[in-house]
Order: sequence, then structure tokens, then C-alpha cells
Amino acid sequence: MTTNIVEIDNLSFGYKGKLLHKGINMVFPRGKVVAIMGGSGSGKTTLLRLIGGQIKPSEGEVRVDGKVVHEQDRHGIYKLRRKMGMLFQHGALFTDLSVFENVAFPIREHTDLPESMIKDLVLMKLNAVGLRGAHALMPAELSGGMARRVALARAVALDPDIIMYDEPFAGLDPISMGVICDLIRSLNDALGATSIIVTHDVEETFSFADYVYFVANGEVAAEGTPQDLLQSELPFVHQFVHAEKDGPVPFHYAAADYRSELSL
Amino acid sequence: MIKSNLLICLIRTLQSIGRRTIDRLWRLGAGARLFLLTIIYSGESFRRFHLTIREIYSTGVMSLLIVVVSAFFVGMVLALQGYYTLQKYGSSEAIGVLVALSLLRELGPVVTALLFAGRAGTAITAEIGLMKATEQLSAMEMMAVSPIARVVAPRFWAGVISMPLLALLFSMVGILGGYIVAVPLIGVDEGAFWSQMQANVDIREDIINGVIKSIVFGVACTMIALFEGFDAPPTAEGVSRATTRTVVTSSLAVLGLDFVLTSFMLAV
Repeated sequence: MTTNIVEIDNLSFGYKGKLLHKGINMVFPRGKVVAIMGGSGSGKTTLLRLIGGQIKPSEGEVRVDGKVVHEQDRHGIYKLRRKMGMLFQHGALFTDLSVFENVAFPIREHTDLPESMIKDLVLMKLNAVGLRGAHALMPAELSGGMARRVALARAVALDPDIIMYDEPFAGLDPISMGVICDLIRSLNDALGATSIIVTHDVEETFSFADYVYFVANGEVAAEGTPQDLLQSELPFVHQFVHAEKDGPVPFHYAAADYRSELSL
Repeated sequence: MIKSNLLICLIRTLQSIGRRTIDRLWRLGAGARLFLLTIIYSGESFRRFHLTIREIYSTGVMSLLIVVVSAFFVGMVLALQGYYTLQKYGSSEAIGVLVALSLLRELGPVVTALLFAGRAGTAITAEIGLMKATEQLSAMEMMAVSPIARVVAPRFWAGVISMPLLALLFSMVGILGGYIVAVPLIGVDEGAFWSQMQANVDIREDIINGVIKSIVFGVACTMIALFEGFDAPPTAEGVSRATTRTVVTSSLAVLGLDFVLTSFMLAV
């Protein structure tokens, strides 16, 4: 058993002639909560898709449990994905199924358990996220925070080794945000899983993450424990952690000269 | 100067024609690939047939009303028009045959397919397009469940099974509509209406050929709807365009295929 459940080795990825990642190296040790941070559009979510084998890297490789993801055939990738649970940015609940059926979905698809056991498992997962009472509701009847929690229950339905979170805090009120923070940590520790969180919320993430990678311009700009990063003097990290408007990451998108564009 | 401008214009036009052709060919290839994958993954969806049954309900059963009402009116109009022409030649008793043959051979399969594309095809495209836009298909992939086996294949078979049944129902209700206009309203002899129909409608040549047509239309319409949904850009505009394309492409495909199938069937 490798110490790192996920390893990203010299990974480059690009599409439409534009390179999104240039030689990224990351490791995700078992049992840890690791965050990948960076500005919008820095390719964080794409990294999760690369780990899940939904897209192939241009160069380098991603290894999950010692296996190179992009070298697996369909069967191999599906086998690896059964070890993963993923929480999508907006939950991605199946809108035609009830909350109960959403959580039961992966269990029904991958096991032949009897109905009574499926019911117990689903209710246990829903209880863990505090929504056992909402099992009969349809996704359209849930608030954003509740939908995210149901999606989390679904992501951990088969007790995965790796739980991936894509922007778990986006668009949530402070209470829901706190709830999700606690759930990420407690589910990780209870399941003995490894969590990979893609986010740009500094405060929440730093409160519970074990290790943080900063991605900027397609590279790992900084890495370390939250304490290290808070004290970092690197200009990019400083700008990001302290939410400064301008700095190494410019406020303006690259444009022609302002004066000449306004014909002054 | 004008010459070179003309040349540039010509080159641009050629380029855009080329680009569009390549794009169309690419989409045709992607559609064929999805069709093959659907067939390959059908085994999985047959094992859990309740998924297909659920889709038969939402595509087939939910299309019943529009099919039955349209069929009734089409049958009535056929009888009116038929009688108007036939009575000039003193053969208004043949009206039953006329109504039955028109419906079984052409109008049943074709109009049902057109209605199906508008009613069920658009629903399939919009549903799958939105499932894609809200990452539901991605989520399924990440749960190691193939969206083709779970979402596409059951809808495909539901369409293929529903279409011939709907078309047969269309013909039956149409004949009933024709009967109501011809016999009680116009006063054509009831015995002549039914007996001529019985004598001149052939099971293999008319009914089975119609069923074959509607199965082919079922494959085409459902596959077009599924592909458009699967291929839609994950935005509001993308889904709306895909839905429009489903209706346009399905209708043209049905009319084109109808000509090809009819010419083969008449030649045999």
C-alpha cells in the first residue's frame, strides 16, 4: 500500500492550444485533508477531472493507489472510480429521483444488497449529514446547502477511500458553510478516507485542512500547512490569503492600451 | 484590388463551406458512435427493464393524447376529402379502403413519427441536455455508472418500442374517425365500408410494412433526440438550440427515410 493515495507527477494539460497546467507535482497522503486553492479559472476543477480519469493529461501522469489513471481501460477506470466519491459544485443530484433514491443510487448500481439493508445504509448516510428527515423530498425542494449535504451523503455512500470536493462552499450561507466544514473533517476521519478539496475560500479551508497547494498560472505557486502559508511572504500567496485586489494577479484582463482603445 | 478582394471572399466562402461540412461529418460520426455504444450497452439496460418501462411511460404513454386526437381528426378529414373525390366516379364505397390504406401505409407511421419528435423527442433532448448542464451525467460517470447504459439505452428502447404501437393506434383511431364521417354522417353503406377494407388491406403488404416503417422512424427519431441532448453545449442557449435541431432533423429524417423505405417496399 502506497503512503500517498494520489500522486500527480509532472502533469501538463491543455486544450485548444492553451496550456492550463505546466508540470504540476502534488501528493495526497492517506488520511489527510488536502486543499487545492487558486483563483477562478486556474484549472483546479480540471485537476479533479484528471484524477477521476474523465480527461487525459497531455504530459505526465496521475496515479491513484499506485495505478496510472490514463493508462487504464474503461473497466480499470471504473474500478478506480469506485474508490472515489465526488461532490460536485452544485451537488449534481439526479432531479428525477428523491433524496433517498439519490443516496441509494450508487449502492443499487454497485451492490446486490437486499432492500432492507439499502434502506438502513441510506438512512445512516443521511443521518451523518443531518438530513434523515428529508429523505422523502425531491431535489427541487431542497435549499442549496441541503442539496450539497445530500450530494455529500451520496458521495460517501460506498465508503470511498478518496473524497473529492469541487468548490464545496460556493454560494452557501455562513451556517451551511460551517456545517460543510465540519462534515468534511468528520467524514474524512470517520471513514479513514483522504479528502481533496478544490476551493478559493481561504478562511474556511485554512480552519481544517492539513495541507494546502496554491495553483497559479498553471503551476504550483506555493504549498504548505495553513500556518506556513499564513506567514508566507510570497507575493501571490500574500495577495490571495489577504484578499488584496491587485498584486501579482492583476485586476485587469490582458487588454490593448486603454487610451488608444478610447481613441484619446 | 477588387480582384484580390474577390479572391479573399471566395476563399473565405470555401473555407466556411469546408468547415461546415467537416462539422456535419464529425457530428454524423459522433452520432453513429453513440448509436453503436447504445446497442453495446443495451444488455445492461435490458437486465434492469424497469428503467425502460419507466421511459416507455414518459415517451409512449404520455404521447397517447396527442396521437389519439390527431389521428381522429386526420381520419375524419381523409374521409371527407376521399368522399368528395370518389363520389365523382361513383365509387364512394371504396372510401373505407382509401382511409385504411392511407393511414396504414403512410399517414400512421409518418404523422406519428412527426408528433413523436415534437412531443417526446424534444423532451428527451431537453432532459439529457439539462442533465449534462447540471453535471448529472458527469456525476454518474464519476460513480462508475455509464450514462449510456443508465440514461441513453433505456430511452432508446422505449422510443423504439413505443413508436410502432403509437403508429398502429394512430391508424386504428384514424379509421374510426373516417368511419364516423363516412357512415353516420355522409351515409356511405356500412357493409361496403368494412368489407371493401377487409378485402383490400393486406397484412404483409400494408400493415407489416407500416410497422417496419415506424420501427425505423422510432430508431431515427429517438437516436437523433438522444444525440442532440448528449451533444448539447451545457448552457441554456445550447439546450434550446439542440431541442430545435431535434425537431428539424427528426422531421427531415422521417420524411427522407419514408421515401427510401416506400420505394424499396413498392419495388419488392
